Amino acid sequence: MEDSTEVWEVFIQSKNGLAHKHVGNVHATDKELALQNARDLYTRRNEGSCIWVVKSKYIVSSESEDGEAFFDPSNDKMYRHPTFYNMPDGAKHI
Amino acid sequence: MSLLDYTLRIADSSLISAQRLSEWCSKGPTLEEDIAISNISLDLFGQANGFLEYVSELDGNKTVDDFAFKRNEREFFNFKITEQPNGHFGDTIVKLFLTSAFNFLFYTKLSGSKNEKLSALAAKSLKEVKYHLKHSRSWMVRLGDGTEESNKKIQESLNSLWQFTGEFFEMDKVDTEISKSGLGVNNLSIKEDWNKIINTTLSESKLIRPKDGYMQTGSKRGIHTEHLGHLLSEMQYLPRAYPDAKW
Amino acid sequence: MSKEKFQEKIDAEKKIEPKDWMPEAYRKHLIRQISQHAHSEIIGMQPEGNWISRAPSLRAKMILLAKVQDEAGHGLYLYSACETLGISRQELIQQLHEGKAKYSSIFNYPTLSWADMGAVGWLVDGAAIVNQVSLQRTSYGPYSRGMVKICKEESFHQRQGYEIMSEMANGTPEQKEMAQDALNRFWWPSIMMFGPHDGDSPRTGNAMKWKIKRQTNDELRQSFIDKTVHQAEIIGLTIPDPDLKWNEERGHYDFGEMDWDEFWDVVNGNGPCNKQRLDHHKKAHDDGKWVRKAAKAYSDKQKNLVKN
Repeated sequence: MEDSTEVWEVFIQSKNGLAHKHVGNVHATDKELALQNARDLYTRRNEGSCIWVVKSKYIVSSESEDGEAFFDPSNDKMYRHPTFYNMPDGAKHI
Repeated sequence: MSLLDYTLRIADSSLISAQRLSEWCSKGPTLEEDIAISNISLDLFGQANGFLEYVSELDGNKTVDDFAFKRNEREFFNFKITEQPNGHFGDTIVKLFLTSAFNFLFYTKLSGSKNEKLSALAAKSLKEVKYHLKHSRSWMVRLGDGTEESNKKIQESLNSLWQFTGEFFEMDKVDTEISKSGLGVNNLSIKEDWNKIINTTLSESKLIRPKDGYMQTGSKRGIHTEHLGHLLSEMQYLPRAYPDAKW
Repeated sequence: MSKEKFQEKIDAEKKIEPKDWMPEAYRKHLIRQISQHAHSEIIGMQPEGNWISRAPSLRAKMILLAKVQDEAGHGLYLYSACETLGISRQELIQQLHEGKAKYSSIFNYPTLSWADMGAVGWLVDGAAIVNQVSLQRTSYGPYSRGMVKICKEESFHQRQGYEIMSEMANGTPEQKEMAQDALNRFWWPSIMMFGPHDGDSPRTGNAMKWKIKRQTNDELRQSFIDKTVHQAEIIGLTIPDPDLKWNEERGHYDFGEMDWDEFWDVVNGNGPCNKQRLDHHKKAHDDGKWVRKAAKAYSDKQKNLVKN
């Protein structure tokens, strides 16, 4: 179909040094226009210092029904967090 | 005053280009492109505003809006290419590409002007027109090397707009004086680079560079095509109809 | 997931995400509502776009263009949200062109003077913002996130309109007359933007239960009127409703009955600009076909080059 364009997910780094954050998507037939479209739509208010675009079809997502199996098992492993440990009174810089 | 005339010409070309591009709003071939063209139009209105502020300062009497809304056709000095109707998307892209390539080189030089105001305005504009050039170039290639139909359409746009490109490199008394004093640009000095940009892009776009035939001239003397009058009567309608009103 | 579990999730104020199970009726309701919202943004570009070329100062022109451009952007955010429900932008636009999808009737009224730019910004955007602020808490994640972004960007829109109204109301007698005339023409259509009374709005029940809508039409309308009356007074304009008066007991303004015959006429296609707005959109879409085709063909050629 002549009108079928691809959907690209857009990630913007708002300031140098920060992580890129997902902001939405644009339609474009190729990567150059995808980048320009993203720039024109998502950085109209000085929001950007770098843009990533990636074809939506290449994003792999976990399924919501897998949520319990994926994420609950890490709930009870408190030893991964520093607050789990008992420190002697007065110990510093640790 | 040559400096005022010189600055006003720059302002007028930005203003009229911006006005034409703003007519695209809600008519773009895609929603994304609609937004892109509005952005370019807003850049150019901003440039016009900046240069007109300087004109107004040099003039010492009239405001920016007086200059934009209360002059007649014969008092406008924009390049004729900028006042041409939008036509179809390909016509607009060709116009935008040819002028952006010129603007890019022009502002690159003007940012080295000895006049601090002009050099600052040029430096700001340069960033914007770099993007205009990039964006319009992308579309030149896609329309030129797209379908048979799009190639034919945009080749026709190029052929009919080519006659307006001669004006970019005209030098009259004002230009010569300003460029000799180091305030402005010798437009002849950027012609070679302009040709390079055009030729590279056209060959990548599978388009044929038209032969230099009859070239339009006159805008530096306020001689325009018939289109400008209509553009102005629309643009200036409110301030003209209600001269006492503030908006 | 069952319907009960789904409802539990909604009741717990959890957001529904695209990959989550949802009842078919919920999906359908969302597609209808979000696409109507998206189309409204896009068609809404036209009445204001009508004055871009005639804006009376460079400042006014840049503001108006930026504002109409925002509307294109907001339409796009909303189409994106809608696409997560498994329908493409193309299909949505086709539904609009075939008259299967609606957009807000307010945009079927003409903008006849510069003061209308004031009235549209102040009243139409004002009404839209009341609705959109409420929708930031909608249960569907992508819609809610779109609304948050839109509300942030739209915060200047209503101010822009009110500024125009205020300047004109305090300008020359001719300007004041234009301002009052614009208010007269846009007042009733604006308060009808919130839709029929709750009792006559068959889908409100589900929409509220599923927390797609967070407040009813009548609640939103009342909150808009309560806010706006004072704004009109400050700039010395008169709201064209003789029944409008403060009700101490309710703590709200009472107001007159809307002309529902006109409302339904316009909804059903018989408004002053219905045909014009749709024709404009179709024409732009058709005119752009060769451009979209070319971009696609170019991209296909590049892919083939890589393969060979």
